[in-house]
Amino acid sequence: MLRHALALSLLPFAANAAEIWVTNEKDDTISVIDIETLEVTRTIPTGERPRGITFSHDYSVVYICASDSDSVQVMDPETGEILHDLPSGEDPEQFVLHPDNKHLYIANEDDAITTVVDVESRKVVAQINVGIEPEGMAVSPDGALAITTSETTNMAHWIDTETREIVANTLVDSRPRHAEFTEDGAELWVSAEIGGTVSIFDVESKAEKAKIDFEIKGVHPDKVQPVGFEFAEGDTHAFVALGPANHVAVVNMESYEVEEYILVGRRVWHMAFSPDKSQLFTTNGVSGDVTVIDVASREPIKSIKVGRYPWGAALRP
Amino acid sequence: MRAFLALVAGLWATAATATEADTLSVKVTYLRVETPEPPTLSNLEARPEDLGRAGAELGLADNATTGSFLGQTYALETVSVPEGESPLDAARAALAASPYLVIDAPADALTAIADLPEAQAALLFNATAEDDALRSEGCRANLLHTAASLSMRSDALMQFFAMRRWADIAMIEGPRPEDTAFAAALRASATKFGLEIGAEKQWAFDADMRRNASAEVPLFTQELGDYDALLVADETHDFGRYLEFNTWLPRPVTGSEGLVPVAWAPVIEQWGAAQLQSRFTEAAGRPMAPEDYAAWAAIRTLGEAVTRTSTTEPAAIRAYVLGDSFELAGFKGRPMSFRPWNGQLRQPIALAHARALVATAPLEGFLHQVNELDTLGIDAPESACTAFGG
Repeated sequence: MLRHALALSLLPFAANAAEIWVTNEKDDTISVIDIETLEVTRTIPTGERPRGITFSHDYSVVYICASDSDSVQVMDPETGEILHDLPSGEDPEQFVLHPDNKHLYIANEDDAITTVVDVESRKVVAQINVGIEPEGMAVSPDGALAITTSETTNMAHWIDTETREIVANTLVDSRPRHAEFTEDGAELWVSAEIGGTVSIFDVESKAEKAKIDFEIKGVHPDKVQPVGFEFAEGDTHAFVALGPANHVAVVNMESYEVEEYILVGRRVWHMAFSPDKSQLFTTNGVSGDVTVIDVASREPIKSIKVGRYPWGAALRP
Repeated sequence: MRAFLALVAGLWATAATATEADTLSVKVTYLRVETPEPPTLSNLEARPEDLGRAGAELGLADNATTGSFLGQTYALETVSVPEGESPLDAARAALAASPYLVIDAPADALTAIADLPEAQAALLFNATAEDDALRSEGCRANLLHTAASLSMRSDALMQFFAMRRWADIAMIEGPRPEDTAFAAALRASATKFGLEIGAEKQWAFDADMRRNASAEVPLFTQELGDYDALLVADETHDFGRYLEFNTWLPRPVTGSEGLVPVAWAPVIEQWGAAQLQSRFTEAAGRPMAPEDYAAWAAIRTLGEAVTRTSTTEPAAIRAYVLGDSFELAGFKGRPMSFRPWNGQLRQPIALAHARALVATAPLEGFLHQVNELDTLGIDAPESACTAFGG
């Protein structure tokens, strides 16, 4: 009886440990990884083909792009219950939540559209025509600019979030996948999967200021395909997933030089940091696992089996 | 007053942009030279009316969307030359309107069009003819190839045989010239990868195989002895389909049927291909075929080159497309580019059956000093093409 009570009293603690949420594209589930134990503690069913995943800024709900269900699902992260769906346009792949915590900017991959949804009224407030196969989504820290990258048009589209109109289009290398503003809002980084590069734009002038190439010994250059990336604490280093090259590159954000390549699982897609950014969790699509990287030593320390084709990753602190 | 001036300046800027946009309009002609269709035993499939053309239309839509952000416009004209009419007249008319042609025609018609005086400053794309001669001794400087060559396909299949260690190979060859050419390509590819095709038989039935395949094929294939896998050269898809599951020994059928090497197949879904497939199916109402893919790739090549160079001048487009900085994202997992020695689009080749993709060539371990894609088809040292300055 006493043991029972003890176990029960431990439960709230367990629920409070930070977690990494991983969408499994071909299992229609989310795997929840406990950061303390590095184990999968929960597997939660979702809509069809879950890819993009992000938490509300207060972490009260989690948004999931259920691509083949043509909806963004809103889930209670405590219970794993789907609270409701948001209208998202067709085939939502990635999205970004505006700093106002109210507007989701969603890339509709099959429709060449970026949809803006008000998560409170649950209504579409704008649809913006963009290039073919929109994918990467980013919003500037001040909330003034949103970015959509389009994979076949090979552009970053700069959207004024006030007027919801495109204010600039900049060409990047083939098949842009992911976009991210630096913390100070001065730079925009865009990865190009087939181009094999990451382009860095000066946000003020919207001009390209640098381009990063990658080269891994023993890996054919065609297989070095940058996709997702994240910035380390203080924007000192970028960690760039290189897809079928099965490595994550560590890029110095001042010199734009690659300092290291870390071996991870097969076809690495996206990643998320632990709350103190000491650990990085990468989703490896083909091998169906998540690699845990120790950021300080830049060593992979564990791989965690998740569902089939893990794609997106998000931190729940 | 100041506000008024600013407004005027604003109008001027708009006008300038519009003029600039007008200068970058790209016209392309999709030219089909109709050929007689050989009869086949099965009535299951008919050639889609828009085979190839539907791919060109999708490529144009892709280009137009990109162009809309850059003030570039794209237009596609479709011309089909009925059997018995001169393809050269149609080609001349098309060349008078635009220097860019995507062509679905047999090799002799292609060469004749490329040799027209009107075509000398033009840029032509071969979207269907697989003949290796067009990429070697019969090449033309103004003719690029987005269709995979026969040897690219046969090399892909033989890489798979080598990887799986299917060393004892038998082959059944059909009676048509296409079958002879594919069989010859398979023999050459086998040699290239250290293999040899052993027992061979010519297909020699004129009965309706739908009714008696189960009776005839076991006996016919019994004479091949033992082997690991059976190749069938039946490029018009006449009899090959009746071999599967009817061979004397239980062996896989590959080549023109069963496991096939193709530039595109409806079962390709990785590398974002699912998006291309769904866009195509939505537009055309049928799955995407290799002919559609090659036409799409030709139009996209043109669009990509115009976007990157901001010019529509054929010589500049040709130079850019054949240069090092050109790359086309073709939904096959690797950047595609053109071989500067013969104008062939480098591309992975799918090894697929009706329900799934089995592998994608070049396969792991087939290395090349420059580009692994050049393990498929005619590599620079083997090419007898001189028109590209080689």
